[in-house]
Amino acid sequence: MIVTRMGDGSFVSMSEEEVKADVREGVEDAVKRGKIEPLSADEINHLVDICCRPQKFVSVRHGNELILTYDSGTLKITRLGIPIGMPQIMQLYERAFAADTLELAYVHYSFKPIKMIVPEEQYAVAETSLVTTAPLFYGAMPNLPLYTQPDGPCPNAAELLPAGKIAEARAAQEEAVEYAVKDMVFVASGVYEAGSDGIDFDTTAAAGDAEFQATLLACEQLKARYPDMAIEIGMAGEFVLGFHGQLTYDGVRLAGLYPHQQVKLAEKAGASIFGAVVNTNSSRSFPWNLGRAVTFCKACVEAANIPVHANVGMGVGAVPLVMTPPIDCVSRASTAMAEVGKLDGL
Amino acid sequence: MHASGMGGIRTAGDLVARMQMSKKMRLKEAKEYVAGKLKVSVSDLADEVIMNEVRQDLDIATVYGGMGEQSRGIEAKFRIAKLLDLEINSVNRFLKKTGWYQEG
Repeated sequence: MIVTRMGDGSFVSMSEEEVKADVREGVEDAVKRGKIEPLSADEINHLVDICCRPQKFVSVRHGNELILTYDSGTLKITRLGIPIGMPQIMQLYERAFAADTLELAYVHYSFKPIKMIVPEEQYAVAETSLVTTAPLFYGAMPNLPLYTQPDGPCPNAAELLPAGKIAEARAAQEEAVEYAVKDMVFVASGVYEAGSDGIDFDTTAAAGDAEFQATLLACEQLKARYPDMAIEIGMAGEFVLGFHGQLTYDGVRLAGLYPHQQVKLAEKAGASIFGAVVNTNSSRSFPWNLGRAVTFCKACVEAANIPVHANVGMGVGAVPLVMTPPIDCVSRASTAMAEVGKLDGL
Repeated sequence: MHASGMGGIRTAGDLVARMQMSKKMRLKEAKEYVAGKLKVSVSDLADEVIMNEVRQDLDIATVYGGMGEQSRGIEAKFRIAKLLDLEINSVNRFLKKTGWYQEG
């Protein structure tokens, strides 16, 4: 029997045939939802082989390595309760963790609160850029809900929609987009002027189509101002929620887009790297989630003209939805994304 | 680094990443570009043993950044910008702030 896990992290034993059946079902689910091509029989067998290897930790063959980018980079150490400064954390990532890229991030990982402390963040970026060699991102979340009342200036669409005030809810989101674009451009400009190589918009579209539109507009403005700025647009989910429902970018309706469609708009906006996300279903097995995630990501890679980095972490990219992602699943998902999904990075 | 990462400055991961970020190169193209500039094979790029020697020879920083006379941090990025024929933002900022570079 093969010991693997469910999407909630619990162990489950399956026969090889059951593993294969679950991988196939996951692939079929992605094909049906995304209207994309399925994996080939060889690719499905490769995923089954990765799932069924007896080792706890698996890895890619020599030559199949890819690039790793990070979200909320410095926070990963801060959350562990280790009280060291951001430049030192970046030095650890570079020299101890073998990170391909670095990402500096403030503990309130959203653009709205960061705009108040941009000078302090510029200081951290400038100091870090002197003592590190690897490329340096600054990262934060667009986080559109922070612009809604009572915490922000705009009426709360989540309260207006249940009251049947559709037009008002849409107007409130459109107003929030304007505030968010200004903050994203302001913060990103500040950290780039201080010496970062680029900006990472993390968990884009967590609040749906309005947040995706805001991020694409901010990306467009930043590339017009700083053509050499590297911009990574990392998504929050596989499917853009139509919380507004009518918003577009470059004539394309944003609600309902899947990764292979999202990446085309990221390209048009000028993004350098697109971060594809596929959510983990905690009620299904790891093989099911792996088949599904790799199918979506492979379609995105094939549609893209820019590098695609799949999100592989807590609750995304087939990794179980737990605070301590198990290395058996993380290493298998990483290997599958590199060798079957043909990702440019993770 | 984990299961699939290139390894950053331990290998050539930072250099390949720079080509993705600066020129939007896909993984294969970025690896081939860097290998060509470093005069190594693509398969050497993620090898710690070979790349440690290559990075020492080119003086573009290794993980042992505090030892000896090798370039580190911004010093290595000056060399990387020249080696890969890239504009690196922090390098240009350094030049401007030290008065060594004037726009236009």
